[in-house]
Amino acid sequence: MEKISVIEGVAVPFRRSNVDTDQIIPAVFLKRVTKTGFEDALFHGWRQDPDFILNRPEYAEPRILIAGPDFGTGSSREHAVWALRDFGFRAVISPRFADIFRGNSGKQGLLTGTIAEEQVMELWDRLEAEPGMSARVDLVEKTVTVGELSFEFDIDDYTRWRLLEGLDDIGLTLRDEARITEFEGSRESWRPRTLPVR
Amino acid sequence: MSIATSTEPHSAESEIPDRPRTLAEKVWDAHVVTKGENGQPDLVYIDLHLVHEVTSPQAFDGLRQAGRPVRRPDLTIATEDHNTPTLAIDRPIADLTSRTQIETLRRNAEEFGIRLHPLGDVEQGIVHVVGPQLGLTMPGITVVCGDSHTSTHGAFGAMAFGIGTSEVEHVLATQTLPLKPFKTMAITVEGELRPGVTAKDIILAVIAKIGTGGGQGYVLEYRGSAIRSLSMEGRMTICNMSIEAGARAGMVGPDETTFAYVKGRAHAPEGEDWDAAVEYWKTLATDEGAAFDAEVFIDAAELEPFVTWGTNPGQGVSLSEAVPDPAQYVDPNDQAAAQRALDYMDLEPGTPMKDIRVDAVFMGSCTNSRIEDLRAFASIVKGRRKADHVRVMVVPGSARVRLEAEAEGLDKVFEEFGAEWRFAGCSMCLGMNPDQLAPGERCASTSNRNFEGRQGKGGRTHLVSPLVAAATAIRGTLSSPWDLETAGEEAR
Ligand code: SF4
Repeated sequence: MEKISVIEGVAVPFRRSNVDTDQIIPAVFLKRVTKTGFEDALFHGWRQDPDFILNRPEYAEPRILIAGPDFGTGSSREHAVWALRDFGFRAVISPRFADIFRGNSGKQGLLTGTIAEEQVMELWDRLEAEPGMSARVDLVEKTVTVGELSFEFDIDDYTRWRLLEGLDDIGLTLRDEARITEFEGSRESWRPRTLPVR
Repeated sequence: MSIATSTEPHSAESEIPDRPRTLAEKVWDAHVVTKGENGQPDLVYIDLHLVHEVTSPQAFDGLRQAGRPVRRPDLTIATEDHNTPTLAIDRPIADLTSRTQIETLRRNAEEFGIRLHPLGDVEQGIVHVVGPQLGLTMPGITVVCGDSHTSTHGAFGAMAFGIGTSEVEHVLATQTLPLKPFKTMAITVEGELRPGVTAKDIILAVIAKIGTGGGQGYVLEYRGSAIRSLSMEGRMTICNMSIEAGARAGMVGPDETTFAYVKGRAHAPEGEDWDAAVEYWKTLATDEGAAFDAEVFIDAAELEPFVTWGTNPGQGVSLSEAVPDPAQYVDPNDQAAAQRALDYMDLEPGTPMKDIRVDAVFMGSCTNSRIEDLRAFASIVKGRRKADHVRVMVVPGSARVRLEAEAEGLDKVFEEFGAEWRFAGCSMCLGMNPDQLAPGERCASTSNRNFEGRQGKGGRTHLVSPLVAAATAIRGTLSSPWDLETAGEEAR
């Protein structure tokens, strides 16, 4: 996983609340066998509408999503995070996230920060006044900045640390690799081996 | 900020408490790589990782993205089971999604150096039949697979449980999993089973007793004289369905029956290794005085052939009983659930279970598709003909089981009975391959899940043992082997 400290790029004022994971990625896309390439599936239903915000040219290469409360509710599918990530998003700011979605995001390197609902509305107004403008999400300072507006966001210390260090679950475990190797050295020889084929 | 991923050295040895321990605790303790502190999980070593086509593709893709290899291909084995057809297995798989998943597994196995038993191979079959048959499943090891019925392998006194796709990737990359210890529950089944009553009836009765959530967070240890007297196949049937009681795993203490089953199999230890292994395995039994977090008792002598009437495995009764009335449930949620189940199953309260007519009988799945299960089924149907209106499918758990059965002439028994004799796979256990029920069809099935639509959209499932499946195929209504004698239908 990449280390994250500052994310800068086009921010999308996403004036919607209760965005559930079925909206983020419909179930038909779950049959795939890859963990990438879900960019076409993101918000598939809504993108059929030519006026949908992500269809507008100013938002062709977005990095930061500023959404309403209760983002990522519903089904636990990890694919929702993959789809956002594949589309280019690196951070989502919302007043409130569904727990499972937030947990999945942390594991996959998608930053999720919470700020107050009034602050989200201020950011929306500012971003809509100048479509396609950039925002800056600073994970070290825990701030989201749009033009002259800057707010401190919340993220739990453990997730923040993992994102700063670029550690996914596997990366974390592999910090103990010497211990794993040591353990392997003491395994008895009767334990099963699948190779060679007997 | 303190992050407790145990950079402090902590010998697993020194952690072993000086008090009586359960089987589950002993196996756990022997696999702790690092002990979690401050509520962090332990890092647990995995001895055997079983892989199949449905839950592995994204895990391999994750490895590829991160540029990570499979840490221990020699502790990993793959086979194809969920999507595979059980007829015309030499032809390309018709369904595109299924074919893609199979082809993806083949590519991944090749790329990451993992041993694969593909369709057509003698060791191909349901992943939970293949592990034990190769002698890879043995006492005192940890086994995982991206499949909930991994609990099957606990029958050997192994700690075996299902995991999700992210965890599959984690095990492929590190051969470990961060886990919090499970609680333990003793399920003691004492006494002698009556003839015609089998392991399947024990586990269906256990689930009906503790409920589909009763085992949540627990490892179940099955104990008592009735369990001791079961064969390994019977123990596997019981551990297999632990997950249907919500448990993480099921286990049976290893004994002479276990050792005899493992000995001589392709990957079983040999020579000095075998002696050392058996010596260790004998120490695994739960110590006298070890404390379980919960206990359940069942009197084996009281059990009858069992069958489910509803849409979860906890909704079951003895075959001699009738469809329950939802009004008998006190809890309004249970009442509503029972009513919904009866509506789906198209059953009237008060109908004797034995009057329920079936359209199909499915003999197979990782619960009951080993050679002993097929023999049990054959012992009843031999020399008889199935009821005309019933479609009967017999599906061996692995290609090797199929060969064994044919060597014993069981295929002929099934064919003369009027049953279809298929190639190995999950088959009609789940609607993911061509073997499915039509909407509204009713099936007596030796599988493990009677969820709505599990065997095909709109299909209705009654879970039963192989003996009940056989008697039902003969009479055309849900029946136990006892009914064959009393009805004077002993045609032979
Ligand atoms: S036989 Fe059924 S329960 Fe067993 S692994 Fe296959 S699909 Fe799952």
